[in-house]
Amino acid sequence: MKHLLSPLDLSVEELDRLLDVAADIAADPSKYAHVMDDKKLATLFYEPSTRTRLSFEAAMLNLGGSVLGFSSADSSSAAKGESVADTIRVISCYADICAMRHPKEGAPLVASMHSRIPVINAGDGGHQHPTQTLTDLMTIRALKGHFDGLTIGLCGDLKFGRTVHSLINSLVRYNNIRFILISPKELRVPDYIREDVLTAKGVEFEEVTSLDEVMPQLDILYMTRVQKERFFNEEEYLRMKDYYILTREKMALAKEDMIVLHPLPRVNEISVEVDDDPRAAYFKQAQYGVYVRMALIMYLLDMIPGSDK
Amino acid sequence: MLNVGKLTEGFVLDHIQAGRCMDIYQSLGLDKLDCCVAIIKNAKSKKMGKKDIIKIDGGLDLVDLDILGFIDHNITVNIIKNGEIVEKKELTLPKTVTNIIKCKNPRCITSIEQELDQVFYLTDEEKQVYRCKYCEEKYTKF
Repeated sequence: MKHLLSPLDLSVEELDRLLDVAADIAADPSKYAHVMDDKKLATLFYEPSTRTRLSFEAAMLNLGGSVLGFSSADSSSAAKGESVADTIRVISCYADICAMRHPKEGAPLVASMHSRIPVINAGDGGHQHPTQTLTDLMTIRALKGHFDGLTIGLCGDLKFGRTVHSLINSLVRYNNIRFILISPKELRVPDYIREDVLTAKGVEFEEVTSLDEVMPQLDILYMTRVQKERFFNEEEYLRMKDYYILTREKMALAKEDMIVLHPLPRVNEISVEVDDDPRAAYFKQAQYGVYVRMALIMYLLDMIPGSDK
Repeated sequence: MLNVGKLTEGFVLDHIQAGRCMDIYQSLGLDKLDCCVAIIKNAKSKKMGKKDIIKIDGGLDLVDLDILGFIDHNITVNIIKNGEIVEKKELTLPKTVTNIIKCKNPRCITSIEQELDQVFYLTDEEKQVYRCKYCEEKYTKF
């Protein structure tokens, strides 16, 4: 049985195949409208995430399937002290596939160890968020046409921003990728990303604090939100939250074909005046996210139409 | 000079860093053994100056060499038969260690589900780095 816990669970070939299917869905969603007619997706969200949960639900509904689940730990048996292992054993009796978001890192892995249905990690603490990565990759491929040779600026909270970690893990498998990591010193990427991923794989990267200085070099600018829930200390959060704000003036420094991505929700790190810029791709990203989740659900259940598997 | 009797059948853990023998005694669960165990502290060593030694009058299956390798892979394990050393075992860093160390990441699932095994994988042999199976938090031995 297949699960998706980390973006690296998919080989480059599997990823390319998945993105091909997602692109085909985008071209004609009606072809896939009844693929999951008798299937159910369980959304097990132990912490609030309207966007990711609705994206999964929209994906399953678009495929003709049904959805059940909970949207916070308070409304699940976790509030009664049930373990992740027990919850997934029970959910395996109710649904055909599940998407799990959990504030604790490694919870979806624990679920996969006891599950009889495919488990999709929909975000675990500050650790991994592979379906956001699939969304990001689909957006990049759709708008840039390729991954090789891109200079990618990742800006904001690179320490707790799990979307950033997952994206780096995936992109290092392509050729001549260069990263510029833009963050305050306190929010730099964790050492396991720096040492075990970037340095170990010989990927070119630099860590800077100024966004303005590196803007002209970027093919992609990936902005992130400083997330209040990742901080134990309110004072520290307040100090960090307005560190980077992307404005029209900053966009003027960038290449004409650069694209701006953001996993959303945006708070104030991208000024609304940037939304009208044709290079702002973050709302397109949300649409691509539904298509790629549709492709993923079909892939994990071995139900891609026309596929041998 | 203190003399400890010669072992005829069993094994000797030699070249233990001076002062660490009691940690090893506890970690290997030697307190639970019925056989004779001798602990020698601060023995003279040409290589180390001072070293600790543990002699165990029993089979090697009494101890988990992975735990020993994790604690200090420079320890020598001498297997004794008929009063002679018949084999010197080299220890290596185990690829996986289970329930020896605990993940310190407060965001790790193991922080709230205590019945989970604490599993760490060796991710960098040279730097002796282990990472939590669940959250990938780093554990460095030194």
